[in-house]
Amino acid sequence: MATADDPLVLGIETSCDETGVGLVRGNTLLADAVASSVDEHARFGGVVPEVASRAHLEAMVPTIHRSCREAGVRLTDVDAVAVTSGPGLAGALLVGVAAAKALAFTLDKPLYGVNHLSAHVAVDQLEHGPLPERCVALLVSGGHSSLLLVDDVTIGVEPLGATVDDAAGEAFDKVARLLGLPFPGGPHIDRVAATGAVTIDFPRGLTARKDLERHRFDFSFSGLKTAVARWVEARERGGEAVPSADVAASFQEAVCDVLTRKAVDACVANGVSHLVIGGGVAANSRLRALAVERAARHRITVRVPRAGLCTDNGAMVAALGAEAVRRGRQPSSLDMAADSSQPITAVIA
Amino acid sequence: MLLALDTATSAVTVALHDGTVVVAESTVVDARRHGELLMPGIRWVLSEAEVTPVDVTRIAVGVGPGPFTGLRVGIVTAKTMAAVLEVPVLGVCTLDVVAASVRVEGPFAVATDARRKEVYWARYDAKARRTSGPTVGKPDVFATGGPVAGRGAVLYPGAFPTAVAPEYPSAAEMARIAHVGEVEMLPPEPLYLRRPDAVEPAARRRAL
Repeated sequence: MATADDPLVLGIETSCDETGVGLVRGNTLLADAVASSVDEHARFGGVVPEVASRAHLEAMVPTIHRSCREAGVRLTDVDAVAVTSGPGLAGALLVGVAAAKALAFTLDKPLYGVNHLSAHVAVDQLEHGPLPERCVALLVSGGHSSLLLVDDVTIGVEPLGATVDDAAGEAFDKVARLLGLPFPGGPHIDRVAATGAVTIDFPRGLTARKDLERHRFDFSFSGLKTAVARWVEARERGGEAVPSADVAASFQEAVCDVLTRKAVDACVANGVSHLVIGGGVAANSRLRALAVERAARHRITVRVPRAGLCTDNGAMVAALGAEAVRRGRQPSSLDMAADSSQPITAVIA
Repeated sequence: MLLALDTATSAVTVALHDGTVVVAESTVVDARRHGELLMPGIRWVLSEAEVTPVDVTRIAVGVGPGPFTGLRVGIVTAKTMAAVLEVPVLGVCTLDVVAASVRVEGPFAVATDARRKEVYWARYDAKARRTSGPTVGKPDVFATGGPVAGRGAVLYPGAFPTAVAPEYPSAAEMARIAHVGEVEMLPPEPLYLRRPDAVEPAARRRAL
């Protein structure tokens, strides 16, 4: 629970197409305002960096005000400012970083430039309390697919594995498009798959014995996406109707099977009893169900924040900022740079 | 106290006006580090004048045209500071700021670097009032033997043989013209002049 002594931390997220401003006191979420430019990108079939940057600039100050209104606080009440400094789209990150510096300087409060991926892990503290001493994190979104070993979310995490080609969310977008579903594909695949059955055995990337030697905790979704395309094309060429619901369900099963199998294996291999799942794909209902089912067999506890906190938002940045304050981490300086390829081992810029 | 700043060119320029004169100015030319340089520049001019952010009562910001990424840094900084301080933000065309520092007899033009071998362009009369523009295009389209200020004149001497000072906008000049209201006030929104580069894909692609 938050007490009046816990610092009020404002978090800003602009690494992709969501302008997020969250307010957190201790581990308590007070506000999570998000303005998305996703509708402006939909007709392009993916996020257009310049369109996203323009939208961030337009939305920034109104979203800051909206967050304060939701939380019932004034900007001058803020004790610390956190912002995603990377990784992400360079021009988009820069809007958030500049706004955060302006806030921190004008309010005369500390600034924390934080890692976007670590923030996806830290956000779970808002829902399920302090993170355990050690956990494995599975981060899956349109831009990332990583397995991480986390001891202290504010210091740095050990990367165990990552995708070698497409991110899981990208595969969802591309398969959705193939099935004539809108962008972003994740929620639509989830919805359509619920009406179908797993009838097609699509490939599971990097799960063959020879691959496991070098890529035990890595992912590959490029081959899967191509296999789905080939399967659909073959049906179309034969003049057959494409069973979209079954294709969606089978594709989703292939992705979730690999993600959860490797995540549980990473927990077992590292003797860890907690698995945290974050990122937009963590909103997928099958991924959540399968992770819980498989983890239970190994007495592993799965922690997944609610869907609204899995996608990009400012609350997750505020959550990590609050943890940095709590652990007495050194704030960032006013000449901090946005780093589009900030490594996962660098949590605070 | 009027805080003025512009990040629409390679110059990251900040100045503070106390209602009588410009009391501090900081200008650093570095095309790639606007995000890193601006806030330390603001901190420096305020400390030089021995004031704190709460002493700022108005903010003037260059709204371009200029390269988008750097331009946005200045505008979002000005708007966010203004939101905290609850003070007004005035937008000023960056080319007008360059023009305010030009010291020639008669009409002239301003050309700044728009990258992609193009310039941002505007014409001014003898009293430095804008008579056309701002617009963007290839230097050849605007070629003139008359005086041209701004980085564009330095980069494209073939089109603009008579380059005159200054090369970059000065926030001190911006603070002066904004203080006396000798410039057109614009909303604090970027003058992009170009649409985002993005093409809608053809209908569904087969091969992924």
